[in-house]
Amino acid sequence: MSERVNRQAVPLHEHERLRPMRMRLWWIAISPTVWAIHFLASYITAAIWCEKMMAGNLRPLQFSVAIYTAIALPAIGWVGWASYRNFRRGDPPVPYDFDDPTDRTHFLGFTAFLLSVLSVVATLFTALVFVLIGSCD
Amino acid sequence: MNDPRAKRLLKAWETPKGWRYWSAVNNSEVGLWYTLTAFAFFLFGGVLALIMRVQLALPDNHWLTPDQYNQIFTMHGSVMMFLFAVPILEAISIMLLPEMLGSRDLPFPRLSAYGYWCFLIGGVFVCASLFFGVGPRGGWFMYPPMTTEYQEGIGPDIWLLGLSFIEIASIAAAVELIVGVLKCRPPGMRLNLIPLYAWYILVVAVMILFAFPPLIAGDLLMELERAMDWPFFDVERGGDPMLWQHLFWIFGHPEVYIVFLPSIALVAMIIPTFARTPMAGYGWIVLAAVGTGFLSFGLWVHHMFTTGLPGISIGIFSAASQAVAIPTGVQIFCFIATLLVGRVQRKVCLKFVLAGLATFIIGGLTGVMVAIAPFDYQAHDTYFIVGHLHYVLIGGTIFPIVAGFYYYYPFVTGKRLSERLGNIAFWLMLIGFNVAFFPMHLAGLTGMPRRVHTFPGGMGFELPNLISSIGAFGLGAGFVVLLWDVFRPKGNHPYVPRNVWNAGTLEWSGQVPDHPWGIRSIPIIETRYPLWEQENLMAEIDAGQFYLADAEEGRRETLVTSAVDAELIQCLRVPGPSFLPFWAAVFTGGVFIFSTYHWWMLAGCCSVLSFATIVTWMWTGTAEIPEKETKPVGLGQSLPLYVSGPAAVGWWAMFITMLGDMTAFISLVFGYFFYWTVHEDFPPAHWNGEPVVGAGSLWPLVSVGLGAVAWFAVVMARRWNHNDFILGFYASSSLAVAAALASGVALVWGPYSNGMDPTVHVYSSTTGVLVLWSFVHLILGATMLLYCMARRLFGKMDAEHDADIVNVTLAWHFLLLTVAITGSVLALFPWVA
Repeated sequence: MSERVNRQAVPLHEHERLRPMRMRLWWIAISPTVWAIHFLASYITAAIWCEKMMAGNLRPLQFSVAIYTAIALPAIGWVGWASYRNFRRGDPPVPYDFDDPTDRTHFLGFTAFLLSVLSVVATLFTALVFVLIGSCD
Repeated sequence: MNDPRAKRLLKAWETPKGWRYWSAVNNSEVGLWYTLTAFAFFLFGGVLALIMRVQLALPDNHWLTPDQYNQIFTMHGSVMMFLFAVPILEAISIMLLPEMLGSRDLPFPRLSAYGYWCFLIGGVFVCASLFFGVGPRGGWFMYPPMTTEYQEGIGPDIWLLGLSFIEIASIAAAVELIVGVLKCRPPGMRLNLIPLYAWYILVVAVMILFAFPPLIAGDLLMELERAMDWPFFDVERGGDPMLWQHLFWIFGHPEVYIVFLPSIALVAMIIPTFARTPMAGYGWIVLAAVGTGFLSFGLWVHHMFTTGLPGISIGIFSAASQAVAIPTGVQIFCFIATLLVGRVQRKVCLKFVLAGLATFIIGGLTGVMVAIAPFDYQAHDTYFIVGHLHYVLIGGTIFPIVAGFYYYYPFVTGKRLSERLGNIAFWLMLIGFNVAFFPMHLAGLTGMPRRVHTFPGGMGFELPNLISSIGAFGLGAGFVVLLWDVFRPKGNHPYVPRNVWNAGTLEWSGQVPDHPWGIRSIPIIETRYPLWEQENLMAEIDAGQFYLADAEEGRRETLVTSAVDAELIQCLRVPGPSFLPFWAAVFTGGVFIFSTYHWWMLAGCCSVLSFATIVTWMWTGTAEIPEKETKPVGLGQSLPLYVSGPAAVGWWAMFITMLGDMTAFISLVFGYFFYWTVHEDFPPAHWNGEPVVGAGSLWPLVSVGLGAVAWFAVVMARRWNHNDFILGFYASSSLAVAAALASGVALVWGPYSNGMDPTVHVYSSTTGVLVLWSFVHLILGATMLLYCMARRLFGKMDAEHDADIVNVTLAWHFLLLTVAITGSVLALFPWVA
């Protein structure tokens, strides 16, 4: 019991100060958020283009989405890569189910990595629509 | 129980007796009422379904009139979605979550109680309309212009106001659950250790926060159109019914996952127990939960494939609809893997889980079919869709919830449900369900449309419909068996042994019969399945060897910990029994119900009473200054009793509430820009020969300036309060109140001085609704400041204990954003457009 007491007695602010950004909960939400922004930007651009502009010519629309994708994919890729390094560091055994800070970091890294992979796939799905469909109608 | 500490703890958490029982706010009582009420609505919705199946059993049947049938199918959908599917998940979570997290209660018990009473009152009001023949008839999606121009009576108003009222209760529950999962975990339970149920609930509660506000915004627009003739959906005056469809489905598609994920969360608790092994792929399941939560917001247009949207937009949503199958599949593979590696026990409970998964997979596959737009064009509005959605909802939601009933019944009552009756119920339900709903796919492919009160003979619809009706009664019979088993008297049945299923998670640590304190002492958690993996844990909990084993001051207390690592932050005093939430809900209900009938005087009285009750509740029950700064909580640890700022639960609740509020506001702004995309000329100078005017440019910008002054004064008030510069605090607060009111007046003055008539054109009405929204928020912001000044004046707030003004400042950051967006859109966008 005494060991537990000692570990718990570390003041909160000590941990807060030492903790890198990557250990925050919202780290895992970044990649899907980038997907969401890319998705909304593509949808809104397409909606406005098809309603307001020359609906026949899709080149500028496709070009815009290509730019969005060129921004989104590296962003997700960077989060995924950083997360990958995070969960591979020290190579602890899965499933990261113990109560210590390294396991928590590995878990968040692992989950963020998986979510980045999913976000890459979903972003490519969106971008592919603009490659495969050549008109508004 | 000879321990005097235990006696004091029990006294503090005692359930009120006699008629005062109904003043209980503890999660176990409120959760139970909530569950039973939601279940009662489920049975009501089920009876409506059977009535429809009787009507559709034979061709050219005139047992029901078309009008009755329309009311019944509308209520069936609305009841099942709004009064059963969402509330039951909140109910079960309110009941279970604190126990899973080793917490004494959720952080805001009175908010849960308020949510429950709102739900009960609103639900009874909406359902009762059916018995007076005035029920809503527009389908559970209430599409205008059907519901704005072509339907007489108050049915749509009952739907809009009654359900908006319940949606507010849902958002209250979401706030409670998010803060509960993030801040009320036992020490040591880091993010990688929390029960999967809590992960799912966290994701779902966040989804509620972003999904429900667009619907509330839509409800507001439609009610303004119905009550005040503001033409949001009236094409003749520039409106567009498509906006409703967007807002409804931005809510409606995430809603499907909002009801599915919590049920899957139950599955994620049940499977490891009956497979006798930890869940395989914990991280993968978290991926699935979070990934589904996000992707589900990119699907809404797949309900609108046949509305004439550009093909490329349809393509985007079709692609996202395929993508969401990935995380959904991942979690199902994890479940199957766990069952494969474990030693599975054959229990009724697990059978329901397996039936649920199999059924859901079939529904998921037909879902992938209808996500492909060309197929959807064929299947749209046919019985194929009815078959698909029931496979998803009954497989993904109902069967897992029934499994949850079997699994958690001993947790609630200390008794077990019968395996023998359970097997009968299981086979009746499984066979009945498939017989009822599989033929609907065939009827739909043959061409039978949905939402028709009868069908002609000779078109091949007779046989599938007759089979469906027979199957529906089989399914119903299964529920009757379950109902009998749940409610039959079990006085002479023995109590089950403690942790009857030999589960690994903390909610099973309770004694049988259990005490109302939630847990004897709050343990330190070091593993995912503490009852399996931490030796002697139960004995040490029972012996009161962990935290908060005592209630020296006779107060209800629980621990607040940090969001990621669950490090101790605070000993939170939670409020005890009170009738205030009940009365607050009654009066709030009065506002909505009387407004339905346009009895404005009574609605006004109710809003005053509701306001007074809520202020009394906050004044007496929140941010109380404790008699001492810290108290020992056990294990040599001392914790503060009062915390303000981002470490405090109240700050989180305010932040989350304001995020929801902001989402509703953004939905209104989306409406403004939506009308711009659909019009060649927006804002138009003239419409039907009448001039169309908006707010102009000057006064909205003045309003933004005054709003910024008010915001700055609020920030200064917080700082001066903290520095104990009392005069500065009062002066700055007063300035903020004055500037807020002036900002509101300036905002209204713009359109008023221009002679704007919101009923002329949708541009004016959209301007009107943004002004109205911001004006009401500024008044609220001013009221909050007056409340803080009163708190300081009466010594309930001081320099150290400043949670009130800190939280109000947080709200004001969002208010400033609201006013700034409103003012700049109204003033500047017409120039850009």
